[in-house]
Amino acid sequence: MVSPAEPHRLRLHADTEVCAGAGQCVRAAPDLFDQDDDGLVVLLRTEVPAEARERALAAADWCPSGAVALRGPR
Amino acid sequence: MTPSVPERTGADEALRFPLTRSCPFTPPDAYQRMRGREGLTRAVIPSGEQVWLVARHADVRAALSHPAASSDARHPAFPALGEGEQAVAADLRPFIRMDPPDHTRVRRMLVGEFTVKRVREMRPAIEEICAEQADRLLTRTPPADLVGEYANRVSTTVICRLLGVPVEDLDFFRRITSVSGSRTSTEQEVNAALADLFGLIDRLIDEKSADPGDDLISRLATGPLARGEITRRSLLSQIGITLNAGHETSRNMIPLAALALLRHPDQLARLREDPSLWPGAVDELLRYLSVADVITLRVATDDIPLDGGAIPAGEGYIALLGAANHDPAAFPDPQKLDVARPQRNHVAFGYGAHQCVGQNLGRLEIEVALRTLFDRAPGLRPAVPLEELPLRSSSAIFGLEEVPVTW
Repeated sequence: MVSPAEPHRLRLHADTEVCAGAGQCVRAAPDLFDQDDDGLVVLLRTEVPAEARERALAAADWCPSGAVALRGPR
Repeated sequence: MTPSVPERTGADEALRFPLTRSCPFTPPDAYQRMRGREGLTRAVIPSGEQVWLVARHADVRAALSHPAASSDARHPAFPALGEGEQAVAADLRPFIRMDPPDHTRVRRMLVGEFTVKRVREMRPAIEEICAEQADRLLTRTPPADLVGEYANRVSTTVICRLLGVPVEDLDFFRRITSVSGSRTSTEQEVNAALADLFGLIDRLIDEKSADPGDDLISRLATGPLARGEITRRSLLSQIGITLNAGHETSRNMIPLAALALLRHPDQLARLREDPSLWPGAVDELLRYLSVADVITLRVATDDIPLDGGAIPAGEGYIALLGAANHDPAAFPDPQKLDVARPQRNHVAFGYGAHQCVGQNLGRLEIEVALRTLFDRAPGLRPAVPLEELPLRSSSAIFGLEEVPVTW
């Protein structure tokens, strides 16, 4: 859910069940994503700061498996 | 076009596939027509089977990430392009030709080795390997072959070190792969080379089970194999495909990328001026050259709806990575090599759950191999006209057989 205080903020979701461990999210937005020792996606934060918006959109676009999703106003 | 192999068959208007490149740097011209019109093209592959070709960027991504996209080579409609390829893949079951949950289980045994972080830690080792191989190349009397004397040596050394193939077995491994990857090898020679490769891996699994080192084969032998999570036969196959895929792609990509930059001196000059452009340049070269164009062979287990129409359930299809990477809807002016291109969502490593597990290593290896080469040989240039370079077009990964260079 989008916080009422920050209605413009995107929120990140990561699904480790479908994650393919390609690391595309880390390449697109290393400030938002990491990989655990098994290569699976880890969120470094759930709210996307305004200045990271483009990187977050790229991460969701590059993710090959659909593991990375964004919720909130585009 | 010859009378025996017409571009189009009469009755059904189906195209003969695969197509050859008219220029080594660009996917086949016919892809442009395929992206237009209906977006899905019917084609006949060498086995005589009919398949669908997917050509648009959005369709290729959708067709590779759809839950009904099956990679299982045991399916009768699996559109194998090489003779005997389906039987071998159905028997050995490398994870690139598996579906979930089997695919997920095997891939997760490997993926931790290739994270962005782990690959970044490999940079000094790869720099050392490239420097050593560049020095070796440049002590020769030109011309020398950039494929055999540099790219192949770099790529085999990198993947063998990662997997734990000892240095003393490197020449043996290179001999095996030069046979198994050559278009002039007979089926018998290829089978003998594969048997040699499995013999080598089999021996290494024994040695590393008893005395593990800091390498992938040791971790797989003492982990999943020891715990009974994978059979020895499957492990042999997964290590074999990792070794092969890990070296053939870089071996083909590095010389082709070097030539592409030499043909675009303005782009090479930008990289010399601003080395921070290199990572983006590697992605642009991957997009532009698309050497793994026809690797993504699939069967639709249910109807797969695409913008260009639906792939019907039970039919084979090939998602053309090179066609997608040259789609002007995704990459404005796609024929232009632009090392600072902002669009980075190419599919040179595929898309979906099977996207290349070693892509981060591949990117780094290509970058370091090219930078080292251009730094140490500023006068590098081809020694023969481009038209004379023999293509490896029968290989699953596109490349040049040899690239004589001088400096």
